Amino acid sequence: MAQAAGIRSLDEARAWAAAAAVPDPEVPCVTVADLGILRSVEIEDGVAVAKVSPTYSGCPAVVAIELAIETALREAGFEPRIERVMSPAWTTDWITPEGREKLRAFGIAPPVNASNSKMALFGETVVTCPRCGSSDTRKVSEFGSTPCKAHYTCKACAEPFDYFKCI
Amino acid sequence: MKTDLFNALLEMADDHLILGHRVGEWTGHAPMLEEDLALTNLALDLLGQARVIYAYAAQVEGKGRDEDKLAFLRLERDYRNLLLVERPNGDFAHTILRQFHFAAFMKPYWDWVAVNSSDETLKGIAGKAAKEMAYHVRHCGEWVIRLGDGTDESAARMRAAVDALHRYTAELFTDTPAFKACVEAGALPARGSLKPAWDATIRMVFDEAQLDIPEVSYPAQGGRDGMHGEEMGHLLAELQYMQRTYPDMKW
Repeated sequence: MAQAAGIRSLDEARAWAAAAAVPDPEVPCVTVADLGILRSVEIEDGVAVAKVSPTYSGCPAVVAIELAIETALREAGFEPRIERVMSPAWTTDWITPEGREKLRAFGIAPPVNASNSKMALFGETVVTCPRCGSSDTRKVSEFGSTPCKAHYTCKACAEPFDYFKCI
Repeated sequence: MKTDLFNALLEMADDHLILGHRVGEWTGHAPMLEEDLALTNLALDLLGQARVIYAYAAQVEGKGRDEDKLAFLRLERDYRNLLLVERPNGDFAHTILRQFHFAAFMKPYWDWVAVNSSDETLKGIAGKAAKEMAYHVRHCGEWVIRLGDGTDESAARMRAAVDALHRYTAELFTDTPAFKACVEAGALPARGSLKPAWDATIRMVFDEAQLDIPEVSYPAQGGRDGMHGEEMGHLLAELQYMQRTYPDMKW
C-alpha cells in the first residue's frame, strides 16, 4: 500500500513537471505553473488529470493552453484529461514570485499588490516601469494587447510597456 | 428547480451575449485606437461571461444542447435579455452610458453571487466576472464624467443618451418567476435588492458629470418575456448568420 502510494506520487511528480513546463501562448516568458493557472495534476486510474483555470472569462488562449498541456502530458507518456476549474476563480495573486520576476524581465510590469475587486471606483494604482524602475508612469489605456494587460508609458525613460492587470 | 435555474441562466447569458455583440460592433470604428481596444476588450469579457453561463445552462438542461446551440439557434421570442442591452449603439455616448448602466448593476450582482450563492458553479463564474465588471464600471464611469462635464457638444450628446436610455433601466430590477425561484433557493440575489447600490453608483457619477437623473413616466419592459424591439431581429440576423447558413459548423 505504502509502496503503491509512493510510485503513484512519483508518476504524479513527473506528470506535473511535464505539464508545468508549458509556456503561456500569449506571454511565452512564463509557464502555466508560473501564472498559477495549472492547479494540479493527479493520476486517476492511469489517467493524468490536469486541472486548469482560465485567467479571464473570455480569454481566447484557454483552449490553446489546454491543448498544449494535453500534448505535453501525452509526450511524457501519460494518457491526459483536462478539467476546466472555475471555482475558486483565478486571481493574479496566484502568480508565483518567479513568475512575477520573469514578467518584469520580459518587459511586462507584474500586477501591483492584491486583487482589484475591492478597489474604489476610481482608485489609482502606481505601476513601476519594468525597464528603468521609475514610478513616474502614465496609464495610456486600461485595455491593452490581451484581456489581461493594460497599456502604460514611462515618463522617465519614454518606453511604452504592458502592465499585467490585477484581478 | 432545474427548469427555473435553466431559465434564469438563459436570462443572464442572453444579457451578456446581446450586449457583447452590440459592443463588438464598434470593433474597428471607435473614436481612437485605445478606445477601439478597450471596447473590444469589454465585448470579449461579456462574450466570455455569456459562454460560461450558456455552458452551465446547457449542463443543467441536460438535453444535449451545447453553448453554441443555445446562443445561436433560438428564435427571437426565446431570447430573454433586457431591452437595454439590445438598444442600438447610437453614438459613443449612448454606447458608453448603456455599458455603464449595465456594469453598475452587474458589479454588485456578481459580488453577491461570489459570496452568498448556494450554487458553487455560479460562485466560481461570479468570482471572475465581478472583477471584470469593476473595470467596466470604472472605464465607462470615467467616460460619462468626461463627456457629461466636457464640451457643449459632448455634454449635449451625453444628456441625449441619458434621456434616451433611462427608461430602459427599470427592467434591470425585475424578477421573472423562474428567477424568483432561484432567489428563494439562495442561488441568486433579488434584483430589486441591488437598486440602492446601483443608484449610488449612478448618482455619484452623474453628480460629477453634471447630469440630472430624469423622471421616467413609462418604463420600457418586456425583454424578459421575449417581447423585443424592432432592432433585435436585425441583430439576430447578423449574430446567427453563420450557424443558420452552415448548421453545426465549427471554426
